[in-house]
Amino acid sequence: MKPAPFQYTAPETVEESLVLLHTFREEGKPLAGGQSLVPLLNMRLARPSVLIDLNRVRELSYIHDEDATVSIGAMTRQRAVELSSLVREKLPLLAEAVRYIGHPQIRNRGTVGGSLAHADPAAELPVVTLVLGAQLVVRGLEGTRVLRPEEFFVSFLQTALAPEELLVEVRFPVHRTYGTAFLEVARRHGDYALVGVAAMVQMDGERCTEARLGFTGVGPVPVRLPEAEEAATGRPLDDSTLGEIARIVAARLDPHSDIHASATYRKEVAGILAGRALRLAAERFKQREGA
Amino acid sequence: MNERPGESRESMVTRYFGEPIKRNEDPRLLTGRGTFVDDIRPPGLLHAAFLRSPFAHARILSIRTEKARALPGVVAVYTHADLPPALQEPLPKLIPHPALIHHKTQYALAPDKVRHVGEPIAVVIAENRYVAEDALELIEVEYDPLPPVVDLEQAIQPDAPLVHEDAGTNVCAHYTQRVGNVEEAFAKAAYVFTERFVIDRGTAAPMECRGVVAQWEPKMRQLTVWDSTQAPIPIRNGLARLFGLPQSSVRVIAPDIGGGFGPKIMMFYPEEVVVPFAAMQLERPVKWIEDRLENFVAMNQEREQIHEASIAVDKEGRILGVKTVFLYDAGAYIPYGLIVPIVASTTLPGPYKIPNYHCEFRAVFTNKTIVSPYRGAGRPHGVFVMERLMDRVARELNLDRAEVRRRNFIQPDEFPYDVGLIYQDNAPLIYDSGNYPACLEKALEMIGYDRWPSERERYRREGRYVGLGLACYVEGSGIGPYEGCRVTVEPSGKVYAATSVGTQGQGHFTSFAQIIADILSVPVEDVTITTGDSGAFSWGTGTFASRAAVVAGNAVALAAQAVREKALRVAATLLEARVEDLELRDGRVFVRGVPGRSLSLGEIAVAANPLRGTIPEEWEQPGLEATRYFAPPRGTFSNGVHAAILEVDIHTGMINILKYVVVHDCGRIINPMILDGQIRGGVAQGIGNAFYEKLVYDENGQLLTRTFMDYLLPTAMEVPEVEIAHVETPSPLNPLGVKGAGEAGTIPVPAVFASAIDDALAEFSVRITEMPLSPNRLLEIIRTARERSKEAKSPR
Repeated sequence: MKPAPFQYTAPETVEESLVLLHTFREEGKPLAGGQSLVPLLNMRLARPSVLIDLNRVRELSYIHDEDATVSIGAMTRQRAVELSSLVREKLPLLAEAVRYIGHPQIRNRGTVGGSLAHADPAAELPVVTLVLGAQLVVRGLEGTRVLRPEEFFVSFLQTALAPEELLVEVRFPVHRTYGTAFLEVARRHGDYALVGVAAMVQMDGERCTEARLGFTGVGPVPVRLPEAEEAATGRPLDDSTLGEIARIVAARLDPHSDIHASATYRKEVAGILAGRALRLAAERFKQREGA
Repeated sequence: MNERPGESRESMVTRYFGEPIKRNEDPRLLTGRGTFVDDIRPPGLLHAAFLRSPFAHARILSIRTEKARALPGVVAVYTHADLPPALQEPLPKLIPHPALIHHKTQYALAPDKVRHVGEPIAVVIAENRYVAEDALELIEVEYDPLPPVVDLEQAIQPDAPLVHEDAGTNVCAHYTQRVGNVEEAFAKAAYVFTERFVIDRGTAAPMECRGVVAQWEPKMRQLTVWDSTQAPIPIRNGLARLFGLPQSSVRVIAPDIGGGFGPKIMMFYPEEVVVPFAAMQLERPVKWIEDRLENFVAMNQEREQIHEASIAVDKEGRILGVKTVFLYDAGAYIPYGLIVPIVASTTLPGPYKIPNYHCEFRAVFTNKTIVSPYRGAGRPHGVFVMERLMDRVARELNLDRAEVRRRNFIQPDEFPYDVGLIYQDNAPLIYDSGNYPACLEKALEMIGYDRWPSERERYRREGRYVGLGLACYVEGSGIGPYEGCRVTVEPSGKVYAATSVGTQGQGHFTSFAQIIADILSVPVEDVTITTGDSGAFSWGTGTFASRAAVVAGNAVALAAQAVREKALRVAATLLEARVEDLELRDGRVFVRGVPGRSLSLGEIAVAANPLRGTIPEEWEQPGLEATRYFAPPRGTFSNGVHAAILEVDIHTGMINILKYVVVHDCGRIINPMILDGQIRGGVAQGIGNAFYEKLVYDENGQLLTRTFMDYLLPTAMEVPEVEIAHVETPSPLNPLGVKGAGEAGTIPVPAVFASAIDDALAEFSVRITEMPLSPNRLLEIIRTARERSKEAKSPR
């Protein structure tokens, strides 16, 4: 478990990083928190010629309050997000989801941008960007692109990032007027989810006026199900509605089977979790309204 | 024989034996001052990396190593062809058995065929591990892949591919033991229940993987090997034989070891002979540290068995007979013989009177990693089968689960109890002592058994599926042949003891010191224990089968007792008193009634080793030192009961352990804190075996779970608080009255889980008959059971 030989670079600014990425293109690989890349290197499953270590690029580590959005730099540690009172106050869904990422030791190293750029569909952050409609800011030497999650996540471990581009920032819409919930079923605490659900609702009394549902671990990219969201809208989130949503979820999702869970398991449990997450989100909405 | 060194003389005070004193070794280990194999860094050290088979079954057509040898930093590359004749032969057969017809053992480096993924083919020795691994990629091996045999039941089919062609079969042993006449018992029984039980593979996953450092000093002709083994002395003996050296020229040291759990006693793993060979060839020290990817395929595994088992009972649920016929997956070779299936067969009867018993197994080769004992070593299987059958009897006869067990227990006045079988040590399986009813009643009280029916109801009203599980077991432990110890009092008055066993975290530095401190009446801090160094003690076998406290512990006691007697004899001469008038107290020998006349142990040690003068005949030999061995006539049998309350989420298959209790009887307890630690660790491992840990092989024999991301060890988040109580029934078979405790925590956990899940899901008539489970599998089982009960209810 020793990596194949590679050249190591440690830029200190975004500009330097972009020059290196531009120079080495497919041969270069940015290193963020290293929680996925380093094991892959050690197992020789990833064999970049040049490692571009971003850990000294201080300008990429920040959480900025911009009123309607909170912008988070790509090299911001997940632990910093978890501990941020700003995030807790304005981005409750992110605050809840980030605690499901591994363990504190992992979150101390793992970064927001690293997790998104790695694009594991079972990870927590990609689905959060999806249901929130976050913006992913991508820079190259030639300029900046702002991508929607639907554009950014292409397939399993694949993104729309060109080899010479770097994800530099994520802009999360403030969503404190929503009731939100994030739930996962994982084999153990801290494992990648077998299934995860992010839910957001607006309620008018017992009636749901808006619902968003995103799923992890059920396809090559994080998934939203408009049909299930519509089934919730305009109705009370009672057993009958949630039962119907569970049926839609199970019917519409097309997850994979692996050694930990079958596709059938993932479909069924996604439906169950969707109901539980919607109910929890609705409760939280009401609690906030009451407060 | 029954005299207990800790309490036999009126002058002796038990100050440490039985006390929960803190471990002597912990400050060193917790502050990073331990010395593990990887901490051994002799100057000029080279590093080894092994090329391992990527195929489960393939012929090796050719191996080309030129490119690897040419890589800068590479010092040598060896294949089977480069080895001396003694290392080209299959490695030693460890434990032969008359029923083991095809005793196939592994090779140091594969000659012409590989039989499991991970089997070593070549080794690169280089200036560092990075270069060594780079060079592995440059070795060109031409394989002719053969169809592998992976599935245990397919392996016994007549058309199955053969793991060893010359054997003509994959069945390497077929062995039956019988008590009474099971056919007759079954014919006249009121009820017979039959079940198929499947237990799958796991790995011990010690925190420290294996490792070997070897150093050859050509001028001294001295080979020193640091090896993360549980059995350093047998490794020394074997290496001496393989390399044609006298045993005195080989020293094997098992330094601090990060967990053994069974697989670290093998003799020989290929790396254990190849690394010393390379060091001797190159006359430079060589290190190999197993990484986790290697460990998952190259360290022995265990647990795969398939049982067809039946129980015959009368109308009251009394057992008339039990029969099990099972398959045992040996993996690609069977160096360790039939220990695991014999232990499974002989553990199965447990605490119950079974007048008629038939156990029969076939040991089967497959193209998977070698199987050898792993904590439990067949015991979890036997207990799972028996306890599942007992639960089945209770359910079918509508009897209380605890009551069915009570009716069948061997009673406290029935010991010694001859089960009628031959145990793993080839001695008769005779339980020495125990109080099974007391353990059960205690466990029932702790888990709240009496109020459980109403608790269960309450949970159901809340829509929660919560079950109570329980399982009883008897753990064979403390088998021979022997262990030894040398106790020395130095002129400083400090006591040094060298034992024959290795230690992998069991706390021997403390528990053995406690035994000695009481006998010699010295502070426990003044006793230093050496384990695992063949240079310090030359005769012994190793730490396995829950035997160190029993066999080595009693040798320690006997040696300390001999030193005590010697101290009194020497003091009698020096103080001109009779031995009967002396007493040993606080590290000094006093003449009774004459407080002024006394000598410290240190003073006696100096006098016992004079520079001039004579050694009186009654001193026998110089110094305050004695070596003693303990060789038990047969094993001693611990026992216990585990009970748990467990919640199942029937929509996700997730479980939550609400309560877990253990009642445990291992005879007299040396250190309850160390013992509870053993039990808690064992329960954690058992929880892994029950719900998390499964080695998944695909149909090509590729292991799909090769990292801790896919092979799931329970963590502190999954393992609950374990409440522990002890019953102490001393063993009459050894002076200390102790029994083994190493495996007790692990053994019954899968049975407890199954029992609790059955109870939680009783309304779906779920019967758990397999281990390990997972949320996915549990949902499948629930789904099937619900469909079945729906069909049963719907009118046709």
